[in-house]
Amino acid sequence: MTVTDPAARRLTPAPPSGTLIGMPAFPANARAQLDNPQLRSNLRKATGTIRAKRTAHVAEVAEWEDLRLAAEAIKNRTLRHLDTYLMQLEESLQRAGATVHWARDAEEANRIVVGLVRAKGADEVVKVKSMATQEIELNEALEEAGIAAWETDLAELIVQLGHDRPSHILVPAIHRNRSEVKEIFEREMHQYGTPAPDTLTDEPADLAGAARRHLREKFLRAKVAVSGANFAIAETGTLVVVESEGNGRMCLTLPETLISVVGIEKTLPTFADLEVFLRLLPRSSTGERMNPYTSMWTGVTPGDGPQDVHVVLVDNGRTKVLADPEGRPALRCIRCSACLNICPVYERVGGHAYGSVYPGPIGAVLTPQLRGIGSDIDKSLPYASTLCGACFEVCPVRIPIPDMLVHLRHKVADKKRRGRPRLEPTVMAAGSWAFSDHTHLEKVEGLARIAATVMGRTTHLGPLPWPAAPWTNARDLPMPPRESFRAWWKKNRSEEEQ
Amino acid sequence: MSARAEVLGRIGRALADVTTVDPVADVPVGWQYGRPTPMPDVLTQFAERTADYKATVRRVPAADVPATIAELLTGAGVSSVVVPSGLEAAWRAAVEGAGVVVHGDEPPLSHEELNRIDGVVTAAAVGVAETGTIVLDHGPDQGRRALTLVPDTHLVVVTASQVVSDVPEAVVRLGVAGGSNPLTWISGPSATSDIELSRVEGVHGPRTLLVVLAE
Amino acid sequence: MVVPPDGLRVALFATCVNDVMFPDTPRAVVSVLERLGCTVEFPMEQTCCGQMFTNTGYFDAAVGSVRAYVKAFAEYDYIVAPSGSCTGAVRHQHPMLARHAGDTALIAAADEIVTKSYDFSEFLVDVLGVTDVGSYFPHRVTYHPTCHSVRVAKVGDRPYRLLSQVKGIDLIPLEDSAQCCGFGGTFSVKNPDVSVAMGADKARHVADTGAEYLITGDNACLMHIGGLLHRQKSGVKPIHLAEVLAHTEGGAR
Repeated sequence: MTVTDPAARRLTPAPPSGTLIGMPAFPANARAQLDNPQLRSNLRKATGTIRAKRTAHVAEVAEWEDLRLAAEAIKNRTLRHLDTYLMQLEESLQRAGATVHWARDAEEANRIVVGLVRAKGADEVVKVKSMATQEIELNEALEEAGIAAWETDLAELIVQLGHDRPSHILVPAIHRNRSEVKEIFEREMHQYGTPAPDTLTDEPADLAGAARRHLREKFLRAKVAVSGANFAIAETGTLVVVESEGNGRMCLTLPETLISVVGIEKTLPTFADLEVFLRLLPRSSTGERMNPYTSMWTGVTPGDGPQDVHVVLVDNGRTKVLADPEGRPALRCIRCSACLNICPVYERVGGHAYGSVYPGPIGAVLTPQLRGIGSDIDKSLPYASTLCGACFEVCPVRIPIPDMLVHLRHKVADKKRRGRPRLEPTVMAAGSWAFSDHTHLEKVEGLARIAATVMGRTTHLGPLPWPAAPWTNARDLPMPPRESFRAWWKKNRSEEEQ
Repeated sequence: MSARAEVLGRIGRALADVTTVDPVADVPVGWQYGRPTPMPDVLTQFAERTADYKATVRRVPAADVPATIAELLTGAGVSSVVVPSGLEAAWRAAVEGAGVVVHGDEPPLSHEELNRIDGVVTAAAVGVAETGTIVLDHGPDQGRRALTLVPDTHLVVVTASQVVSDVPEAVVRLGVAGGSNPLTWISGPSATSDIELSRVEGVHGPRTLLVVLAE
Repeated sequence: MVVPPDGLRVALFATCVNDVMFPDTPRAVVSVLERLGCTVEFPMEQTCCGQMFTNTGYFDAAVGSVRAYVKAFAEYDYIVAPSGSCTGAVRHQHPMLARHAGDTALIAAADEIVTKSYDFSEFLVDVLGVTDVGSYFPHRVTYHPTCHSVRVAKVGDRPYRLLSQVKGIDLIPLEDSAQCCGFGGTFSVKNPDVSVAMGADKARHVADTGAEYLITGDNACLMHIGGLLHRQKSGVKPIHLAEVLAHTEGGAR
């Protein structure tokens, strides 16, 4: 974590140095996170709470599985005809008075937003929590252009003021506990606006109150807001933002200009489709029957809210995902984060280990597709899972995450096989030889029997050097018995059969 | 080449495997839209679920609405409210009768003026029983969105005929009403669970939500 | 115990892990199935489900296992394995691997064999129609439902129904039982720290039950949790479901 350097004269708190894509591979990041007992305790508590809420409120819906199937089908329909629906969306938006922009990549999207803010003569924007703007690193692009971007979601505020990175899609500060939040607010708020009150305690209600006071002046004076969208309705041009705190409503309502940065896969065909997604999303994400606030707006409404409305439709790798029919289901994601909350790996290591704005199981299938598998971190993400399958069970749009992880592992393995000689492909080739024919396997079993004989009465092996060390550092390894089942069967049963 | 043409071109190439032109024929959606969710009593469910979110809920006969409004506002310690232009005259009169200062929104109040007003009184468009949700379509009896956002107390009157069982029926009603009005779905007061997943009522939106269900 | 009609011919898929490391488990399957009147055969051509390759991304390397499986078992109507994970791999991955190989005959064979491959607990409950298999196991035990048995093979509550009929058994519920133990095949060595952190929590929940035995339907997971329990000298003994069911009042353990 870096500390703000006054000489740099930044407008907003500096994020940590380094890039996500430059992070080491997942196992190394995970090891570092596992060493942080505070983090593990925060995560265990938080994911446990939200899992229990989700389970209770999903159980209330008799037709939950039918809803999941409907959502899967609606998203598949949209993705398989995305060009048609995007053109319809564009036309609907324009008819409703919005200006539509298209961006091939992050750089182009950022350039469009910076241009729009400058055209308004504004030097700051208020932001609704948005994964798309995190993905394109809009805040830093605005900062470089001399425009301050203020995050207004409480958790995003904690992350921004904490010079930190989000570690969860829904609750970006899930890795922080109340006393850490209090310390961040006391240390940072006064540098960027209304200070935290002297009487601040670490009660969540008190901390939320401090955020309300800190942000209110920003909401009231902001001329430009930047949002994402949970859904964009092709039929009507309606955009939807699902939120809890009302910071979204503030940003979508009070400023004169509203710029929404929307991934092209957020499109839904019809307004009626919302009945499916508005039932699935809140229960899957916060574990509530309904989130406190959902805002829907259709272009410009005279006399109500922003009169200058822009929508930036962003590709940034999504068409690459779309091009692989087996990777395509990742674009169904509605960013609920149920897969993070249920994932036993995420629960142990948190979001930072994934080196991506999309952590957890969905990040492990989406990020290597969006960014490619060139970097160490992206090559390791498909392996950051035990394939336990819990993520698929809770996914409201039925993304087959375990199967997709295996599919991506195949891509990584292919790349490894074609690259310089490595241990893993050699081991796999040897194993393949052993298991392709039982006579080969019997030869290998003979070796195991010799080892067992040599070891005599030893039943378990303790700590061993490499290559057994990764297993035996913490786990004993049972010795193979002297007689395999195959040998026993031959000796005792084969004659009977004949 | 424009970004639009390029992105659409990429999509076309990515979907080379899709040969059926009609999206509906290509991917059937086996879902029946707009069905009600069965429940014993829609109004009771609405009242209970709305109260679940720490909203204050009163069920009263339509004739008692003005008196209930006055009582709730006084009880909440509200000394000034803004009312939308189309609010029922009897409700507005009741607020004035309770000694609460009433502001109209014509010409529109500035953000700062709104920020100095304690509360807002509005009607609603739809109530959703299963989720305890109130939907505003920001018609004349509800006003523009800022009115129900900036003041800290929102008193909303929902009439029995507006309450439906669940989200599908609500989407149908709002879709039929159609048009391009903004919609705000409200389920309880503003809340956050961002700190240790512990729910706190009251962040940026109105921290007090008072609901009158008129039967 | 109700003995079903005699004569079902069953092919045992021992699985490679059991064949080499845990032969007591397939022997127990033979013992239970024969007790229930089945004729058990062990086709020597069998090797492995190939999951180790598939799940590491080496699809070509796994195809040999698919061919070996088809060769060994195609002629049987019932193929029974004491592993939800390996059965799950056969049913869920072999058709995909056959398509990857682009071999029409293999695709047809793999698709067909899916319908004939059973996890041991499924075969007992669904095909033989029994839950009481005449077992006696007078011990305090707990059961960990392994992820692949639940979410890929989808054995459901069948293991619990079988265990509930075992005479003398004291089955203690396991806290957080649905959560993965952290084995995950090659995950256990590619991400050993996370794997062990998950396994340690599972081992703690197991130890908290005060059980003498930890039962699962997958020996690979059991090797992982058991390895942690053994290192910790906890005294909890890992055992496969089939071995519990094989145990009768006559034969003391």
